[in-house]
Amino acid sequence: MAIAIGDKLAGRAALGDRLRQAAEGVVIPTLALIAAMILFGIFVAVSRVDPLELYAVMYRGAFGTWFSWQNTLTRAAPLILTALCTALPAQLGMVIIGGEGALVMGGLAATAAALALPGAPPLAVQLAMALAGMTAGGLWIALAGGLRHYRGVNETISSLLLVYIAIALLNHLVEGPMRDPASLNKPSTRAIGAANMIGSIPGTDIHWGLVFGIIAAVLAYFLVYRTTFGFAARIAGGNMRAAKVVGLAVGRLVLAMCFLGGAAAGLAGMIEIAAVHGRANGNLAAGLGTTGILVAFLARHNPLAVIPVAVLLGGIGASGGLIQRRLGLPDASVMVLQGIIFLMVLASDALYGRIRFFAPRGG
Amino acid sequence: MAFTRISRRHLLQGTAAIGAAGAIAGLLPGRPAFAGDVVVGFIYVGSRDDYGYNQAHAQGAAALKKVPGVKVVEEENVPETDAVEKTMESMINLDGATLLFPTSFGYYNPHVLKIAAKDPKVRFEHCGGLWTEKDPKNAASYFGYIDEAQYVAGIVAGHTSKTGKLGFVAAKPIPQVLRNINAYTLGAQTANPKITTQVIFTGDWSMPVKEAEAANSLIDQGVDVITCHVDGPKTVVETAARRGIMVTGYHCDQSVLAPKAYLTGAEWNWEGLYPKFGKMFMAGEPIPNFYRGGLKEGLVKVSAYGPAVGEAARKAADDAKAKLMAGGFAIFKGPMTDNKGKMVIASGQAHGQTDPVLERMDYLVEGVVGSTS
Repeated sequence: MAIAIGDKLAGRAALGDRLRQAAEGVVIPTLALIAAMILFGIFVAVSRVDPLELYAVMYRGAFGTWFSWQNTLTRAAPLILTALCTALPAQLGMVIIGGEGALVMGGLAATAAALALPGAPPLAVQLAMALAGMTAGGLWIALAGGLRHYRGVNETISSLLLVYIAIALLNHLVEGPMRDPASLNKPSTRAIGAANMIGSIPGTDIHWGLVFGIIAAVLAYFLVYRTTFGFAARIAGGNMRAAKVVGLAVGRLVLAMCFLGGAAAGLAGMIEIAAVHGRANGNLAAGLGTTGILVAFLARHNPLAVIPVAVLLGGIGASGGLIQRRLGLPDASVMVLQGIIFLMVLASDALYGRIRFFAPRGG
Repeated sequence: MAFTRISRRHLLQGTAAIGAAGAIAGLLPGRPAFAGDVVVGFIYVGSRDDYGYNQAHAQGAAALKKVPGVKVVEEENVPETDAVEKTMESMINLDGATLLFPTSFGYYNPHVLKIAAKDPKVRFEHCGGLWTEKDPKNAASYFGYIDEAQYVAGIVAGHTSKTGKLGFVAAKPIPQVLRNINAYTLGAQTANPKITTQVIFTGDWSMPVKEAEAANSLIDQGVDVITCHVDGPKTVVETAARRGIMVTGYHCDQSVLAPKAYLTGAEWNWEGLYPKFGKMFMAGEPIPNFYRGGLKEGLVKVSAYGPAVGEAARKAADDAKAKLMAGGFAIFKGPMTDNKGKMVIASGQAHGQTDPVLERMDYLVEGVVGSTS
């Protein structure tokens, strides 16, 4: 065989292998998704609901009409950004689950920036908000990264605890120093002003956060898979000690990845303020950061895969209302579906490299 | 149905059917799902069986369902974010809803305002009393002066307490909550002028663990009647019953959770209001954009007395109820000092039910142990 291998052939075989590898990355999660749908179908059948009708209703609620699509994409937008908060540090083998805290800090800093610039042109205010939001979110997660690298504190625990600190800080500020005295029964900050709000993508109801999310995910993908920085991060993620031995600045990698992840979630917080709420209050902590963790794990921490997975979960969220209304299922059934999907995707990890069809064949 | 139905062939057929259904559905946007009926949408911030705020609204929705020609659609656990905007639009676009009840306080600004401006043909009835003249005319608010019912419950609590210490587990020190704490205490003081109400704020509307901790700590300090103002009073009611003290409820009737310990409670009466609004809407009669009331107007009510309520307590509470039902009785009247000794209502002054001064309440009356900040 060795005689037969020319350059061209080797190239073709490598291409075939890469395609097979990519196909493996699509087929296995899809199989997991189908398995989850069958399991959930059995679950709802026990509650005397026709699974086929259920999926027809879900499809209609999530993707069946133009309105449904907009509903799905609006819900997906913040999830892309909060998922990056888990997916980027994951390249280094870190499990960060504090996206909610970075989102809250980002939203808070963005609001403070807007309120500090009364009368400035809207574009300047929006840029300042984005910068403030990303910096605050980035520093928040970099704190967890720093604690891990320099003090040996488990980053999963510290990032989770930082969520509670961020929410406590939010409540303290909106109920105290930053409170608008006119917000009697719903303590909130003053409004950032209608002129400073970022609107919707023309012709749709979807705010610009979706575009920012997609750009951030694509940039993150290039950073991870097409730059030496990303390569170094993945090496360190594979074996931290080996990376140190070969002279990689692991500490800097940890801080930078954590900062970038936190900045993505912080940007999500800024968008929640500038596109949805218009002021900061307790509603900023609505669990978007938590759902982002689920998205990142389902996407296997691939920044590009985060986009379709966020759309899928946005769709499940969008259709969740319709299955409550049409089929009388409780809201918790959507949680059950999400849980089953999560479990199936995690379990499907065992299939990688086990299916012969996807195994490398050539050179 | 049996599991055996999900054979491979059925699954394949089903997949095709989903595709076909989706394609057809996609071609017919906005097709109302329930032809002929008036579709009314209810949106809850928590679960509709929380024995509290959301259940009170769900009971109102259930009463509205019985009106002929009405189809009710409901969605629970909808957060106060753009998710509620999408839920409202989904009810309008996919279910054909023309009357919506987004029941949580935080839904109003900016979410209800935004969708109301966008869909002028749909009527939005929001619970909370936030509507002002500059808001869209198809939006409206209603609310109940539930402090009147708390005042009556406080009278019962004051007569029942032996230690002279009442407990109050509250979410946040905002005007609505402070007004309830104060009314409860003022009611109790009619039975025993020296009685105190100890308050613990948990910081948020639904924190069962903190609510249980707060209730336990109050009971440890000698409180023997407890109440609360949180979204789901279940935790406080059950903790009280387990620890062997008495409790008064809030939002809706929790007597099933603690048949012996439940004295009475301050309840919303949405079962009375929603069918009324539904009928007015169907008849084309205008519903006021700003609609409020108390016991007399039937927006709030007092739970039936439990077995532990004595004769004197019943009589005093019934008398107070009669005075409130007659109208003109002011719970908040001077001279009244707060718990720091500051005069808050001057002698000879009285603030009636609808007085806007009460909407800005930022103090705890004398006899309340606790602080607003």
